[in-house]
Amino acid sequence: MDESWAVVENRSVLVCNGAAEALGVRPGSALTAAWALAPQLRILPRDAAAEAGALEAIATWACQFTAKVSLEPPQGVLLEVAGSLRLFGGIARLMARLRGGLADLGFEGQLAAGPTPRAALWLARGGGETLQALPIGAIGPEPEALALLRRIGVRTLGELMQLPRAGITARFGQGLLRDLDRALGQAPEPRVFFVPPERFKAQLELPAPVMEADRVLFAARRLLLQLEGFLAARQAGVRGFTLSLTHRHKRSTVIDVGSATPHRDTEHWQRLLREHLGAIVLKSPAEAIGLEAAGLAPLAGAAPGLFGDARSEAEAWERLTERLQARLGGAVVHGLATHAEHRPERAWRAAGGVAGTDEMPPGPRPLWLLEPPRRLGEGEFVLLAGPERIESGWWDGDDVARDYFIAARGASLAWIYRAREGWFLHGLFA
Amino acid sequence: MAVPTAALEAVLHRHPVWRGGRMVQSPVRAEPSGHAGLDRELPGGGWPAGALTEILCASHGIGELQLVLPALAALSRRDGRIAWLAPPHLPYAPGLAAAGLRLEFLTVVRAPGRRDALWAAEQVLRAGACRALLMWLPRAGYGELRRLALAAEAGAAAVALLFRPLQAAQESSPAPLRLALEPDGGQLAVRIFKRRGAQLAVPLRIPIPRPVHAVGGALLSPAQPRSQAARPCPA
Repeated sequence: MDESWAVVENRSVLVCNGAAEALGVRPGSALTAAWALAPQLRILPRDAAAEAGALEAIATWACQFTAKVSLEPPQGVLLEVAGSLRLFGGIARLMARLRGGLADLGFEGQLAAGPTPRAALWLARGGGETLQALPIGAIGPEPEALALLRRIGVRTLGELMQLPRAGITARFGQGLLRDLDRALGQAPEPRVFFVPPERFKAQLELPAPVMEADRVLFAARRLLLQLEGFLAARQAGVRGFTLSLTHRHKRSTVIDVGSATPHRDTEHWQRLLREHLGAIVLKSPAEAIGLEAAGLAPLAGAAPGLFGDARSEAEAWERLTERLQARLGGAVVHGLATHAEHRPERAWRAAGGVAGTDEMPPGPRPLWLLEPPRRLGEGEFVLLAGPERIESGWWDGDDVARDYFIAARGASLAWIYRAREGWFLHGLFA
Repeated sequence: MAVPTAALEAVLHRHPVWRGGRMVQSPVRAEPSGHAGLDRELPGGGWPAGALTEILCASHGIGELQLVLPALAALSRRDGRIAWLAPPHLPYAPGLAAAGLRLEFLTVVRAPGRRDALWAAEQVLRAGACRALLMWLPRAGYGELRRLALAAEAGAAAVALLFRPLQAAQESSPAPLRLALEPDGGQLAVRIFKRRGAQLAVPLRIPIPRPVHAVGGALLSPAQPRSQAARPCPA
C-alpha cells in the first residue's frame, strides 16, 4: 500500500497522490477535512523553489528537441518546434515523445500545440481542441476581469473575440487585447529563450527514504534522463558523473561512475550505475539523490557504446542523407527492398523503408546485378549449374523467356542466361 | 648498461609505443567477421571499426562480398546502418536478403564521379551515423586514402571497407589493415599482408558459401555452353 500524501497551501490541499484520492481526499479539500478522511496523510508544504527547479529541469531536458525553449512560470514550458518537426517525424510523433519523456522524468503534463506560443499555452491550460471553444478561465485574466466577463455572459474565447475591440480595451485594459492578438498571431510575442546551465546538476527528493539499490536506481534513472536531454542539446557526452545520496543528518554517500569514452545514453549509464550500486551497502536510508556531471566531451555521433546511441545516430543519419542528396542529387542515394516480381531486374526497388516481399526466389540469386545485362560470347564461360526457367511479363509487353545458369567466368562465379538473342551476363555471386 | 626493467615497462605503459612481434591486443573495436579462422588473425578479432580496411580482389564475383556479409548481417540485425558507396554493380536486394541482411538498413550511394565518391565517403565516415561503409574507389591515390583513413578514425563508429583491384597491393597505403583475396577452389584464399602486429606468412583458406553447392540436384558436370546438358531455350 502506497503512502498517501498531499501538497498543502493555505491549509487546503493543492494536489494529492492516488493513495490519498482513494481515501476521499481531493484537491481543494480543507486540510482538517483531509485529515479526518486520511489520518495517515503526509503533508508537504508547497515549495516554490522546488517547483521552479522542476520547471528548469524539464526545460533543460527539452532543449534536445529545439534550441528555442522558454519558461512560462509557474507551470508552463514552451517549445518552438516548427524547425524540429521534420527531424522528429511530425507533430504527433514529437508530442508522443514529449509525453513519454515527461512521464519517464516523473512528470505529468498537459500538452498542446498551437500556431503561436500563447495559443499553445492557452490550449494546454484549457485542454481544448480549438481556441474558440476554450473556457475564458484558461487565458488567465485578472480575477476582477474574469468575474466581469462571466457577468456579461462571456464563457469562451470565441465569445470574447466577438466583442468589439474598443470595448475590450475600455473595460479590461490593453493587456487582454494584446494577449488575444498574440494568441491569434496578429501581434508578435517576443520570448526570452531558456539558457540551459553550463554544467549539469540535478536533485531529486525521494518521496520516502530508501535503502534498496533498485529503488535508488529507479530514482537515479530520472536524473539520467535529464542528463541525456541536457547532453543531446549540446551534441555532447560525458565520461562520468557523480551520484550523491543524502542521508539523515546531512551525511552522504558519493558514487563516481566513469566510462572510457564519452556517453550520453541513459541505458548505458544505468547499466554502469547498477554495477556500482550492487557493490556498496547503504548504512542508512537515502532521502534525496543528486547527480552532477562535468567535463562535456563532443560525441560528434562517434563512439556509440556497446549498444549505441540509436537516437542520435538516426538524427545524424538523416542529416547525412540530406547532405549527400543535396550535392549528388536525390536519385543517387537510395535504399533497397525486394519486390514480388519474377523478372530479376524488377525484383527489387530503390526505395528505403518499404516492406519488401518475404517470398524467396526459387533459385540462388547473385549479390551483384548487372544493369543492363551484358552480352556474352559462347566461349566466355563454363556452365556449372542450371537451368532455372524464368518466363514472365507477357502482360506488359516486356516479356522475358530466359534460362538462367550458374557459370564460371574466369575466376568469377556468374549468373548468366540464355534468351532468343543469345547469352547474357546478368549477375555475379560475389 | 643496465636499464631497470620496471622503468622501461612504465614508459611502455605510459606511451603508446608500438612493439613488433606480437599482435596488439589493443582497444580496437571490431565486428566479428563470422569466419572464425579469419577473426583469429584480425587485430581485435574482427573487422575493425574506426579504421580503414582495404580488401583487394582480382575480380568481382569471387566471393568478396560473402567474406564480409556475415558481419554486415549481424550489424543490420542490431539496427546498424550500412552504406554502399559507388558499387561496381547494383547490390541485388533478393541476394542480400537471402544472405540475412535487413534491407531497410542498407543505403546505396551511387556517386557519379571519383571526386564526388571521395567526398561522400568522407562525409559518411565523419558523420558517424552508420556502422559500416563499403566503398569501391579503384583509382584513389595515396593522399586521398590518407584522408579516408583519417575520416574513418574521426568517425570511429564504422567498419570502413575499401575494395580495390589486386594491383593496388603494389602501392603503399595508409590503411592499417590490408587483405588480398584470391579464389581457391570453393574457398577464398585470404592473404593479410598488412596488419598491426606481426605479419602473417601464409594465406588463410576461408570457406565461403557458393551457390553451386546450394543448387544441389541441379548441379551439372562442367559443361560446354553448346552442350545438350543445357536445356535449349524456346525458339
